[in-house]
Amino acid sequence: MSQEVSLRETYGQTLVELGRENPDIVVLDADLSRSTMTKFFAREFPGRFFDCGIAEQNMVGIAAGLAASGKLPFVSTFAVFAPGHCFDQIRMSIAQPKLNVKLVTTHSGISVGEDGTSHHSIEDLALIGSLPGFTVIVPADAIETAQAVRVAAACYGPFYIRLCRPKLPLVYTEDYRFNLGKAVTMRQGNDATIIAIGIMVIAALEAAENLKREGIDCRVLNISTLKPIDEAAIIEAAAETGAIITAEEHLEHGGLGSIVAQVLARHQPVPMEFVAIKDTYAKSGNASELLERYGLTAKDIEQGVRSAIARK
Amino acid sequence: MSLPEEGNLPSISDSVTTSANSVDAEVFSSSASEAEMEAIAKRLRRYIITMTGKAGSGHPGGSLSAVEILTTLYLRVLRHKPSDPQWADRDRFILSKGHAAPLLYATLAECGYFPVGELLTLRQMDSRLQGHTDRTVTPGVEMSAGALGQGLSFALGVALAGRLNSQHYRVYVLLGDGECDEGQVWEGAMAAAHFKVDNLVAIVDNNGQQIDGWNRDVMNLDPFPMKWQAFGWHVAEVDGHDLAQLIQTFDQAKLVKGQPTVIIAHTIKGKGVSFMENNPDFHGKAPNAEEVKIALKELE
Repeated sequence: MSQEVSLRETYGQTLVELGRENPDIVVLDADLSRSTMTKFFAREFPGRFFDCGIAEQNMVGIAAGLAASGKLPFVSTFAVFAPGHCFDQIRMSIAQPKLNVKLVTTHSGISVGEDGTSHHSIEDLALIGSLPGFTVIVPADAIETAQAVRVAAACYGPFYIRLCRPKLPLVYTEDYRFNLGKAVTMRQGNDATIIAIGIMVIAALEAAENLKREGIDCRVLNISTLKPIDEAAIIEAAAETGAIITAEEHLEHGGLGSIVAQVLARHQPVPMEFVAIKDTYAKSGNASELLERYGLTAKDIEQGVRSAIARK
Repeated sequence: MSLPEEGNLPSISDSVTTSANSVDAEVFSSSASEAEMEAIAKRLRRYIITMTGKAGSGHPGGSLSAVEILTTLYLRVLRHKPSDPQWADRDRFILSKGHAAPLLYATLAECGYFPVGELLTLRQMDSRLQGHTDRTVTPGVEMSAGALGQGLSFALGVALAGRLNSQHYRVYVLLGDGECDEGQVWEGAMAAAHFKVDNLVAIVDNNGQQIDGWNRDVMNLDPFPMKWQAFGWHVAEVDGHDLAQLIQTFDQAKLVKGQPTVIIAHTIKGKGVSFMENNPDFHGKAPNAEEVKIALKELE
């Protein structure tokens, strides 16, 4: 296994670099700067950092006003609190007017672990993905995180970037260049395609490796831009491999699986399986225990692949 | 019923000269007399009645209550350029109570942001005058509002940007009193005082009513001025229909340093139309043809 790197720390360090390059960048946090790692920016640019206290609705509104006045705000808190605490503020103050606000949340999914249900963000992609005009990115490692944050800063419009709490093994090398809206083929294969995001990309690669021993040859796509989705890559994978398995650390409804299924239903219907959290809330536990309990491991992906292939 | 036609309605820009002191002739007047302002306020009320009547829906009550507030702001307080709505140094007016869109549209049209006749398109398909404000389509509209509680936070962001950029514009945000039921208003109030923004003035259109009735019965806000004071704001109270008091209060607010100012403007919902005054029925209901006729007669 390659070196494990924190996506959050990478985000915080990238913000500092961007802050040096662009004086219009401002950062807002809701009393979680030590966890989201916006603390690095706060330390270097105290005049451009606004700790809004534990008040996410107000934070989002302030960011919208800053963006409407030519600033480039990055807004951070835990994924469960934004969009969770401030959905209508994101909808009316940012999405409808298409303001240039970058929402970068951390501690997404159930890999937050022991904090339990109140801190497990398993609906955020459905919520944010429902908002017209939002670009949604779920990086798979620290290298992709740094790239995605830079791309978000360079592109006008509302962005949501979803980061996890645990450190993740690198799936990319330093020369990787994130291409907004494009899926990346992580591994070639012809029997089925696993389409994954975030922490599930590494699990998908592990599953593909294990299935190879059974003689099953899996393609793996990292589709880190969830919106706008790379329809062409999904259609091509379905046409060439005949079975699709999605893998995400999110509820089954409204996230990656739903989006991919919609693309396939319209253009290229093939057997599908969904590796995701079923219609339930998770509980306290450590990250690996939770991922196992709620069906988010390489083994679950392998089972999904076998099941989809059986229906080809 | 008689509806105004584009072309036969005088606009403010015809009747008010630009300030001789202004560095830029296009920067809007701050020299309107109180007599002129009174005439304009009455005309804005006629437009509100006419446009909501034509639309068949809309919010006349909370538009009529804030007529003098907007008249004062747009005629005497704001530095703005109707010919250049995006002028970087303009003072900003943010309508947080977005349902008072008819009043804002009437005021902007009178100032020359768009033709007065366009007011008759309110709420129609493809109109620039949406039921609630939309900053992406209407010249002069700073914020997409209508979901109550969000304007103060937005205004605070605009005020902070002005400070960061060393721009000298001032930011004015109009809230409804009923809107202050929303928790976000108080998050914004706490933060504005914390960040010590003195280029921000909130005005509360304190007409005492919300959709379901009197504020005190639906959700009591008292002691209202003391709440703002406790949150760290400079508080002023005025008769929100008294132009002289409003002018003086806005002038005084410019002198307040190190903290934001709130002007609690005591107003009457539906002000100027006898059967709409203090009548919550006209919060979100347009006058019918007969009511339009009576109202316009009262506003002659």
